[in-house]
Amino acid sequence: MRRGWARTALAALAAVTALVGVSGCGTDGSPQTTASSAGVTGAVTVFAASSLTDSFTQIGKDFEVANPGTHVTFNFAGSSALAQQINQGAPADVFASASPATMKQVTDAGNGDGDSMTFVKNQLVIAVPKGNPDRVVGLADLAKPGVKVALCAEQVPCGAAAKKALDAAGVALTPVTLEQDVRAALSKVKLGEVDAALVYRTDARSAAADVEGVEFPESAQAINDYLVIVLKEAPNKAAAQAFVAYVLSQRGRSVLTQAGFQAP
Amino acid sequence: MSTHDRGSTRENDVLDVAQPAPVPPPRRWVGRRVPVALLIPAALGLAFLVLPMAGLLIRAPWSTLPQRLAAPGVLTALRLSLLTATVATIVCVVLGVPLAWVLARVDFPGRRVVRALVTVPLVLPPVVGGVALLLVFGRRGLVGRWLDETFGITLPFTTTGVVIAEAFVAMPFLVIAVEGALRGADERYEEAAATLGAGRWTTFRRVTLPLVAPGVAAGAVLCWARALGEFGATITFAGNFPGRTQTMPLAVYLALEKDLESAIVLSLILLAVSVTILASLRDRWINTP
Amino acid sequence: MDQHAVTPVLDARVVVDRGGFRLDVGLRIGAGEVVALLGPNGAGKTTAVRALAGLIALTDGHIAIGGRRFDDPRTVTFVPPDQRPIGVVFQDYLLFPHLTALDNVAFGPRCHGASRPAAHETAARWLARAGMADLARRKPRQLSGGQAQRVALARALAVDPALLLLDEPLAALDARTRLDTRAQLHRHLTDHEGATLIVTHDPLDALVLADRLVIIEDGRVVQEGDAATITARPRTDYVARLVGLNLYRGRGTGHTVTLADGFVITAADTTDGDAFVAFSPAAVALHLDLPSGSPRNTWPATVAGVQRHGDNLRVQLSGPIGAAADITPAAAAQLRLEPGQLVWAAVKATETRAYPA
Repeated sequence: MRRGWARTALAALAAVTALVGVSGCGTDGSPQTTASSAGVTGAVTVFAASSLTDSFTQIGKDFEVANPGTHVTFNFAGSSALAQQINQGAPADVFASASPATMKQVTDAGNGDGDSMTFVKNQLVIAVPKGNPDRVVGLADLAKPGVKVALCAEQVPCGAAAKKALDAAGVALTPVTLEQDVRAALSKVKLGEVDAALVYRTDARSAAADVEGVEFPESAQAINDYLVIVLKEAPNKAAAQAFVAYVLSQRGRSVLTQAGFQAP
Repeated sequence: MSTHDRGSTRENDVLDVAQPAPVPPPRRWVGRRVPVALLIPAALGLAFLVLPMAGLLIRAPWSTLPQRLAAPGVLTALRLSLLTATVATIVCVVLGVPLAWVLARVDFPGRRVVRALVTVPLVLPPVVGGVALLLVFGRRGLVGRWLDETFGITLPFTTTGVVIAEAFVAMPFLVIAVEGALRGADERYEEAAATLGAGRWTTFRRVTLPLVAPGVAAGAVLCWARALGEFGATITFAGNFPGRTQTMPLAVYLALEKDLESAIVLSLILLAVSVTILASLRDRWINTP
Repeated sequence: MDQHAVTPVLDARVVVDRGGFRLDVGLRIGAGEVVALLGPNGAGKTTAVRALAGLIALTDGHIAIGGRRFDDPRTVTFVPPDQRPIGVVFQDYLLFPHLTALDNVAFGPRCHGASRPAAHETAARWLARAGMADLARRKPRQLSGGQAQRVALARALAVDPALLLLDEPLAALDARTRLDTRAQLHRHLTDHEGATLIVTHDPLDALVLADRLVIIEDGRVVQEGDAATITARPRTDYVARLVGLNLYRGRGTGHTVTLADGFVITAADTTDGDAFVAFSPAAVALHLDLPSGSPRNTWPATVAGVQRHGDNLRVQLSGPIGAAADITPAAAAQLRLEPGQLVWAAVKATETRAYPA
């Protein structure tokens, strides 16, 4: 009787360990992958930097129209968070990052299939509330006392670029917050909680109703290269490659340029 | 027959003494008493909760631990976390105990609605809570605008903002625990106090509160633990800045972006501190006597 | 009772409507007087005490203590308990569990504005009077039932109340402790200068402790008076059972009282009209055959039950009238006292009492 009890307990513990061992990182539930034979079909999961939200969503829709039977789902977040998730085993087909450093995290871990490709560049602007009430014209204005600035955290590509630009301009800036992705920094401007934020030109454009972007010369010294790669463990490799090809194609590029990205 | 009427039991006493003292029954293994049907789910539940923490311990970079611990910002984040959680708990107790008293003792119209509203922060995703706090206490918020214009006080991106965000998510725990304790308390003691001349406030202070003190303590512990672990509302409302608003959970999340090992180390620190404090709370302080 | 002819300390007409139950009792208690409110369970005794204490509001009537009105629905006056000059000893004592005996007794004086040392001194004095001086530092859970009762009484008396209310003060004690405590309680109550109301269901408490008894049944006063009057002339079944008498009600004509079903009892007293007639169980003699000499009150009865009653046996009789009869064991030996046994019951007219209803 006692032995049977111990055995049941051990079996239960083993079952629990097995369950916990399977790590599930946050992905949108992608539907079952159907067999991809000739022609591209099935689900494609794309992990992309949050600054690509609007443009990639549009590209995804266009891709589905061009390839009926496909279904693209996205996971937009800070590039470094995405890199971590991929390295922990999150099931994804494509990774698009906002900096070479974050792409390196994935390729160094051996999770990339082939080489990554630079597909666009992005430049920083100063996002201010519509109408520029504080008359911000350059980085120096951000260091004025009483001006609240939101920056991205250094670990995030946007933050790394901001630091480079600020160093190049020789401006010592103490932000009120270091956000974990660029969209969060942008929303602080939209909500009126901060007077300015360093975000990408594309982000300022996407919020054109509430926000306007102020260009500054030092941004040219901190241009971010955006890279894209098919992942080694991609569940739907054929469709993944087709998607990357679409991004690099004329159609894809025009969407990206319209959003404010620069050609590589 | 007549001897029975004597009523004395002296005869019986003599009989009792003649018998030997009974032998105490042998000690039984306590485990035998626990039904297996309860033991298995209990073990599963325990494993479910403990295994992830064990995972942290196993994957920790023990070899590089000392340097990582000494890294700048670690102690700052820890100190800030402990400070804000404690202050938030004090705020919750000061505001929450009277609220719980009103909900438990005063019968007013709409009491059920009010009680449901009090539990809203429990169901609200913390980030949504943070956004809601911004809309009210932010620079352009309903109350925040007035605070900024009249006193020049802004709450977002300050340590005070962290306390507010943590108090917001943690207060329902305290109110619910204390309300439960008050409902279970015997109101007759309060009646006795009244007949001795104690007004409502004196009764509350000298009779009700001491009697529910263990319940309040238990609620405060839950509140503190919840405040310590808060992330979403804090980062949305108070932002993230080392030394001012970067609490341990925020530091962990950002470290995760850099490398997993740093995140694990920070998590372990937080875990160790929390477990030490919670385990050192004596049972009798938080259990009803 | 001349000293009580002056304004009574408590002058109340307690009317409380509760669901289907209506309590309506008038109470007047003078200074130094102890009144017992006696009645069966559900009669409304506790409701009366709670209304006097201010824990329930009156539906009608009034409560005046020392000439001042504390509850008067007609003028929308209601003074809460903490402002009434009362002291209450609850059935479960309700000593504050987190305070020592001393702090419990000092609680009242402190609420009335005494400083901590002054309150402690008063409390110590009262505890000493109750013989509890060396237990002052104990917590209630470390006290026995009798000790807790004494602390509860000291706590109520420490505020020097004009009206002292005791709700079943001895009910929670075992028989032995009750004896000792009752005697002590009697001493304290005699010394108390204010009015005292004791609620109890135990007639012995009432008889020992009270100057006057008020008996309520179903929310109404059915009889009032001192112990002697009530014992001599009970007016309801409950009271009769309380004092241990057989009681009947009927129409009196001269020396006879005719009960509703036609049974006639011959009594020593004369009555005219609506009347009670009562006799003690000890006055009932039982015979197997119709007794010679036929005393006036004789009837055939059936044994319904037998119980021990002290040194005697109490026989419950059914028949034209129900009655209880006390017989000695010797007499019982001659009769066969099984349920269903037919006997003749006889009561001498001189052993009965008849009085107007």
